[in-house]
Amino acid sequence: MVLSRLNGLDDDELVDELNEIARKCRIEIVKMVYRAQAGHPGGSLSEIDLLTALYSTQLRIKPDEPKWHDRDRFILSKGHASPGMYAILAEMGFIQHSDLESYRVLGGICQGHVDMKFTPGVDFSAGSLGMGLSFGIGCALASRFDNSERECYVMLGDGEIQEGSVWEAMMAAKHHELGNLNVILDCNKIQNDDFVESQMRMFSIPDKWLSFGWNVKEIDGHNMKEIVEGLRWLKENNSGPSVLIANTIKGKGVSYMENNPKFHGAAPNEEQYAMAMKELGEKI
Amino acid sequence: MTELAASRDGYGNALISMSGDPKLVVLEADLGKSTKSCWFREQFPERTVSCGIGEQNMMLVAAGLASSGFKPFASTFAIFTERAFEQVRNGICRPNLPVHICGSHGGTHTGTDGSSAQSIEDLAIYRSLPNMVVMHPCDDVSTEILTKKLLEIKSPSYTRTARNKTPRIYDADDPRIQIGKGVKLRGGSDVAIIACGVMVSKSLEAAEILSESGIEATVVDMHTIKPLDEGLLHQLASECKSIVTVEDHSVIGGLGGAVAEYLSENIPTILRRVGVRDRFGESGQAEEMLELLKISTNDIINSVLEINEKV
Repeated sequence: MVLSRLNGLDDDELVDELNEIARKCRIEIVKMVYRAQAGHPGGSLSEIDLLTALYSTQLRIKPDEPKWHDRDRFILSKGHASPGMYAILAEMGFIQHSDLESYRVLGGICQGHVDMKFTPGVDFSAGSLGMGLSFGIGCALASRFDNSERECYVMLGDGEIQEGSVWEAMMAAKHHELGNLNVILDCNKIQNDDFVESQMRMFSIPDKWLSFGWNVKEIDGHNMKEIVEGLRWLKENNSGPSVLIANTIKGKGVSYMENNPKFHGAAPNEEQYAMAMKELGEKI
Repeated sequence: MTELAASRDGYGNALISMSGDPKLVVLEADLGKSTKSCWFREQFPERTVSCGIGEQNMMLVAAGLASSGFKPFASTFAIFTERAFEQVRNGICRPNLPVHICGSHGGTHTGTDGSSAQSIEDLAIYRSLPNMVVMHPCDDVSTEILTKKLLEIKSPSYTRTARNKTPRIYDADDPRIQIGKGVKLRGGSDVAIIACGVMVSKSLEAAEILSESGIEATVVDMHTIKPLDEGLLHQLASECKSIVTVEDHSVIGGLGGAVAEYLSENIPTILRRVGVRDRFGESGQAEEMLELLKISTNDIINSVLEINEKV
């Protein structure tokens, strides 16, 4: 475990502790977007349980040595959901909590979309959807060429996979049988304009990945026990590329943001901010 | 007699000669037989990554490899690299990852495949990207030398090569061939002809014919479009009465555009740009295309004669 305080906990204690980390991250996500009066709270809140478990229990990383060559790679392809990533990077110690105040601020290290040139712990400059899986293939191939054990994790969104180049990458990952390539698909069912279903019907997402030859497992992306087990399955399943399809709720944890397309890319006003803090158990 | 060779062969030869570098990785998108990366693949299949017919994916796979310390060389037709322009922009140039892209079959000289295959804008679009080095060598020898020198730079690059054979200009290991440095191939103070790619040999041919009429031209192989050799350009503008740029590319944004930008801001000089005049090509033999698009040897001569009357 990267977080030493998690060592020795039993399963229930671990789940409780992870949920508490995620709650603190949710508070930071809403604060970042509120301060900037811009950004993407919905997808950050849907992904944060997954990121919390991934960073806290699974990634082989060194927060004090972010460029460690043999670290596992994590690529947030849905790079607009950067507040979620910054929150967990701060929790892990890659950046300071005070750095979160630089989100979307000129000269700050927390850019609007995650950027490897600005933020320690960010492995890919995202922001344009559909690019992370291909980049992840490059990282996974590099690991293979290096005879390294390092794994590559890529988080995609369910709206994002409408980009055609994602399907080029899905084919290529299977063609090269990249067992060290792991996708976490944050299926929050909402994209920029509206519900995914109304923008581009996806039919069965698991069947699509299965038909490309990937190993597929579906979980509840807010059930920490299922997440931890799902991530372990990803890591241990090296027979080819694997995808963990996480069914999530956009805006999870803030009642008026949940399942609300308005909060894909909008900041709360003062009243809404106070309500969010109350719901997340934070005093202001 | 002048030997003929295609610059794409220089790319293939360079990959083989760089194979001793264990970090070299070659990426293909089903056109390795055309770009000549197939020569590397035949000898080093374990370090060649097939991306199928998927250029967008290929560019970012290369970026991922570069981010982990590898030296990826990715090639396809010049025109198909453009399909992945945004991947190159956002995934390679923005994080400044040393991915080296080779676009073969560039320009109208590629011939009978027709306008869908004739990239006449690649140099312009890649020149517009921060961090990018842009080159268009004129023969197989300089392509091989310049490609090998890419291993020394820490930024991404785009190199255009040509499909068809043209006269070999350089001897092997010519020390004048450096990234970012134009090469003066011929001296003359009446006009400076600055060319790149397949148009370098045409410019030399034009200069010999002009010489018979008493007009002496300097001819420069400006193989690197970005960074532009501004020192040489300044010197040419000081020494020669006028400048003519020559390229198998649109006059908008390529070599002619780059030279015009520099001259107009720094040392205003009478300039003519020989290049494709804002139109597409069509099917035809290489030489027929140059005639059709008014970028043949005769067109270079006519531009020089026209400009010579004005100075």
